[in-house]
Order: sequence, then C-alpha cells, then structure tokens
Amino acid sequence: MDYFLELFFGGLTRGSIYALIALGYTMVYGIIELINFAHGEIYMIASFTALIVSSLLALQGMTGPAVLLLTAAAAIIFAAAHGFTVEKVAYKPLRQAPRLSPLISAIGMSIFLQNYVMLAQTSDFLPFPNLLPDLPFVAEYLPFLGATEFFIIVTTALVMVGLTLLIKFTRMGKAMRATAQDRNMAMLVGVDINRTISNTFIIGSALAAVGGVLIASHIGRINFYIGFIAGIKAFTAAVLGGIGSIPGAVLGALVLGWTESFATGYVSSDYEDVFAFVLLVLILIVRPSGLLGRPAVQKV
Amino acid sequence: MGPIRRLGHSLVISLWFMFLTFPIMVPKVDTIEKTVQWRWDNLLYVGAGSFFLSLLWRFLLERKERGPFRAAEQEKKPVAPTWADRLRGNPRALRSVVVILALAVCIFPFLPFVTTYQVNILTNAILYIMLGLGLNIVVGLAGLLHLGYVAFYAVGAYTYALLYYHFGVGFWTALPLGALLATLFGVLLGFPILRLRGDYLAIVTLGFGEITRLVLENWGEFTFGPSGIAGIPRPGLFGMEMNLHEVTIYIYFLMVGLCLATIFVVRRLQDSRIGRAWVALREDEIACEAMGVDTRMAKLTAFALGSTWAGLAGVVFAAKTTFVNPASFTFLESAMILSIVVLGGMGSIAGVALGALILILTPEYLRAFSEYRMLAFGVIMVLMMVFRPQGIVTGVRRVYTYTRKGQDGKET
Repeated sequence: MDYFLELFFGGLTRGSIYALIALGYTMVYGIIELINFAHGEIYMIASFTALIVSSLLALQGMTGPAVLLLTAAAAIIFAAAHGFTVEKVAYKPLRQAPRLSPLISAIGMSIFLQNYVMLAQTSDFLPFPNLLPDLPFVAEYLPFLGATEFFIIVTTALVMVGLTLLIKFTRMGKAMRATAQDRNMAMLVGVDINRTISNTFIIGSALAAVGGVLIASHIGRINFYIGFIAGIKAFTAAVLGGIGSIPGAVLGALVLGWTESFATGYVSSDYEDVFAFVLLVLILIVRPSGLLGRPAVQKV
Repeated sequence: MGPIRRLGHSLVISLWFMFLTFPIMVPKVDTIEKTVQWRWDNLLYVGAGSFFLSLLWRFLLERKERGPFRAAEQEKKPVAPTWADRLRGNPRALRSVVVILALAVCIFPFLPFVTTYQVNILTNAILYIMLGLGLNIVVGLAGLLHLGYVAFYAVGAYTYALLYYHFGVGFWTALPLGALLATLFGVLLGFPILRLRGDYLAIVTLGFGEITRLVLENWGEFTFGPSGIAGIPRPGLFGMEMNLHEVTIYIYFLMVGLCLATIFVVRRLQDSRIGRAWVALREDEIACEAMGVDTRMAKLTAFALGSTWAGLAGVVFAAKTTFVNPASFTFLESAMILSIVVLGGMGSIAGVALGALILILTPEYLRAFSEYRMLAFGVIMVLMMVFRPQGIVTGVRRVYTYTRKGQDGKET
C-alpha cells in the first residue's frame, strides 16, 4: 500500500507539471488551431533563465525564499517574452496560410531555439539547485510524499485556480474564449484578435515557466534538449484530454502522469516513454477527439 | 511608413531582442567553479543584427503583401521558379537538361578529383531524395502530416541487419523483404489512424516513430539495444571482389537506379486514379468523399506506399554504413525529411530532389560551420514558411479547362 501511495503521488506530481505545460498547448490550439511545437522550448528557456538567475543570485550570497521568488519571476517574464516574440515572428505572418505551413514554421522555431541555447550556453547537462523550500510538516503528516512534491502539487493547484478565474471572469479571459469559439465573430463584436492571441501565448508561456522552474528543481539537472521530450509528453496530455479544452488538458496530464508512474513502478522502467505514446494511441482509437474534447464538426 | 518611423521601429525591435536574449546570450555561469563570464559583445551583435534584420524582414513582408502572386515569385530565390516554369513549357530544353543531368550523374564518380568521400556524400543525398519522395506521397500528395516517417526507415534497416545476423540473408533478398515489412508496418499504423484528422494524426505518427526508436533501444535481446548491429555486409555483384572505392561507386549507381525507379513510380502514381484521389483528399476531405473516393483506402495506400520507399532506403542505408543503431532514427531525422519535402516544394518531384541536395550537401560542404548548421536549418524553415510557403519549386497542379460551345471557360 505504501508503494502504491508513493506511485500515486509520484504520478500526481508528474501529472501536475505536465498539466502546466499542456495548458499552453491547449490554449494556443484552442485559439489559433496550431500545435505550437516551440512551446517545449519555451519551457526549456525558462529553466535556463532560472538556472542562470539563481546562480547569479547565489554568487551574490543570497539565500532563502527570496531566491525562489526572484528566479521564478525572471523565468516567467523571459518565457512570456519569448512566447510573445515567437508568435510575432513565426506564426503571425502565417495566419492566412494553409494549415501545414505554421506547423512547419513551429518545428523550425523549435530546432532554432534548441540550437540557440546550445550554442550560447552549453550542450552538457547542468546541475540545477533545489530552490523549493523544505517544508518540515510535510514529512510529519504525509510520510510517502516528499516536500518538493507537495510544493509542486500545491503550486500547480493554485495556478490552476488562478487560471480558471482569469479565463472565467476577466475581460481578457472572455476575449480569449470568444476568439476560440469563432475568430471572425469575435472580431466583429470588437475583440482585438491580435492582442488576444498574444495574451494567450504570454499566459501559456508563463505557465510553462512555472512548470520549468518546478520540474528543474525537482529533477535537479537540465540541458538544451529537455524541452523536446517534455513538450511531446505535454502535448500528448493535451491531446489525451481533448485539445482545446482546458479541464481536458489537466485531466489528460494527470492520467498520463499516473499511467507513467504506475507502469514504470509495476511493469518496467525501460519503457517509461513508450507507455505514454501507447496510451495516446489507444485513447485516440477509442475516442478520436480525446477524453473531454467535443467531436469536431466539419463544416462545409 | 516614413523612413524615420521605420528606423525607430527597428530600434525598438533591436532593444527588445537585446532584452530578450540577455539571460541566455550574456552571462555564462560555471556552477562548479562558481564564476560568471559576461559576454557583453554578444549583446552588441544581437542588437545590430536584429536592427538590420527587422528592416529587411519588414521590407520583404511588405513586398509579399503588395502583390501576393507576383511578389511571391520574386522573393528569396527568384531564379528557381521562373526558370522551372520556363523549362516546363519547353520540352526540348527539358530533354536536354535531363540528358546533361544524366551524363553528369554517370560521369561524376569517375572524375579524377572526386574522392570516395565525395561519392559517399552524393550517395547519401540520393538516399534522402528517395526518402523525400516517399514522404512526399504521404505529405505532399495526400496531405497527411506524418512525423514518424523515420520509423519505417528503421524497419528497413533493421530488417536487413537482423536477417543477416540470424540467417545470413544477403542484400538482394533483404531489399524486397525490407520494403515489404515497412509497407506492412505502414498499413498497421494506417489502420488506427484512419479516423484521425490533421493534428491528431501528426502527434500519433510522431508517437509511433518514438515508440519504434524506444523499442529498438530497449529490447536488447532482439535488437542489441543502443550499441546496434555492426558488420553488415555491403551489397555484392555476382560475387565480384571489390575494394572500398569500387564498392562505394557501386552503391552510388545502385542508389541512382533505385532513385530513378522511385521517380518513375511516383510520377506514374501521381497521374493515376489513386494519385488523383490523394490530391483530392489533400484539398478537401469532405468534397473528396462526396465525389465517391474511398478516403479510408486512399489514406491507407498513401501510408503503405510511402513506407515502402522508406523501407527500401533503410535496407540500402544499412548496407552502405554496415552498421545500424537506434541513434540514426531520431525525430530529428523525420524532421529533416519533412523539411526536404517542404523546402523543395510539396508535391513536386524536382522540388524534393532539389531540397534533398541542398539540405544534405550544404552542411557537408560547410563543415566549418557545422556547429551552426542546425541553427541555420531552423531559421531556413521559418523563413521559408513565412516568405515562400510553397517551396522552391512549386508543384504544378493539373488544370483541366472546361470549354462549352463558343465559350472559353478558362478557369484556374
């Protein structure tokens, strides 16, 4: 039973982080129907920014939660800036182009960003300091759960609540929902489409940055290639849940996290990444539009 | 926009990029030695570079928007399309170009200054032409975005490697077997994804490619894991003894032959009933179905036939390098083949060939810049999509003119 609980919470932690990244995919997809392949790279850049900022602060002799706050703030700001710029450069000129073009542009952007970080920084794995606070009460009440894992789960939950409120109740959120439903109609009723799309990219990238700081602290090392596999996993999660649907992305991410955790725990750890894809293929065969996605109606 | 405002705008953009790239470009922290290296000169390069590039960027964008049709033809590489168009309209010139090309291809390995290494590179490029043509069936003709194409390439390569290892099967037997097995895999993958559309399809094929690679890596007893299989024999020619240089030339001609066969078959396929069904599928799935095309069958055949060429190419790859391991079959390889198709021009055979030659040969001859090769590769992909989404060579669409009595209904 202890082993089960350990795997359960391990999966929950994993799933929370996937969810943070998956939200960026699903929001962008919901609004411009594009798989933003560069999203994983944004997450990677956020981790690198966090590493650099935290190291600089550590060299200044700073310690404690202030480092975490400043690092997270820097990561979020720079990730959001990157998301915003990527959209302006690689996707905005292609808004009227055929479906395949922005996708290929996105793949190109992803390759570019990876190599940019590799050349400007390093191709080696870098150790990432554990920035997350050590919470002593966790070990007391929840023995099967590490303090960092607890912190990750709680942070994710708070971010999710914040996002839901933002989308449900603010003007910006309303504009985003309207644009996702029908872009032309939203334009007619006075929604600034360009700004709404930019906002979506900024919010999605900021969420990925939160995920990036959390997971890098948890795993303890990063390199320029981490964005790719995390991006694929997160996108898998978004598709699992039904792409374009925000609760779907969270559900998909949790299902994916648990599947991986239990499968590696009970079956075999060699095939960790295989399970994710097998699950994806299976679910898409049964439900082509994902768990919570609405079946796409083809209009003629 | 006036020139002053234009410059001001670019200045803002350059400041923005200096801010954006600051944390990655300027400090470099050594976490072990606990030292920071500040590379302020990089900031200068980024600022100046983004200033001029943004001017150029806007200029090109405006040009593209001014005349969507004419400007697109003059953009970037202005010679290629008009040149190709003129060639297409002139069968005699076309024939002489083909003859010259054929002669060049035949003479190339025997030229005095051509080394084994260079023959090898060209063989490699031709291999990618073949792969590109195969993927072109799926992506260019049928319009199904396939991101796991390399899986079938791997199937071909491992078919030969494993058959040789266990049963001592030779190259010529493995060639059709590899193609067959890849086709089978194509059908196997094709079935579950028949119902999926667009992006779902892309991610499932990507997943399939990754699954294949991971299985190859982890199923040690069967595939020998990450260390791969070495000592695969090169193809023989009636038991003749050949030295390395001769074998290389032999494989080169073999590859040329296979590539010609591919071009022949793809050309025939394009104009066949099934080829037109693919194009219809690409243009509009619903209309295609309404016209009585069996879309399931069309998708399945596209996948199967596309995979066949990957399987063939895989067998040749294994024979050429005499060594296979899973590291040769990563997603990057799939992305590379996809960009060959897209860069060259989707649906156009000449385009794919040109794309493969450019993408494979340029980095080989730019070894000095090999560090920046992938960086440039990503940039080219983005620029190409922004300024010339149709590729270097635009695929010609057959236009059937409808004429009624006394009325010329020329529509394009």
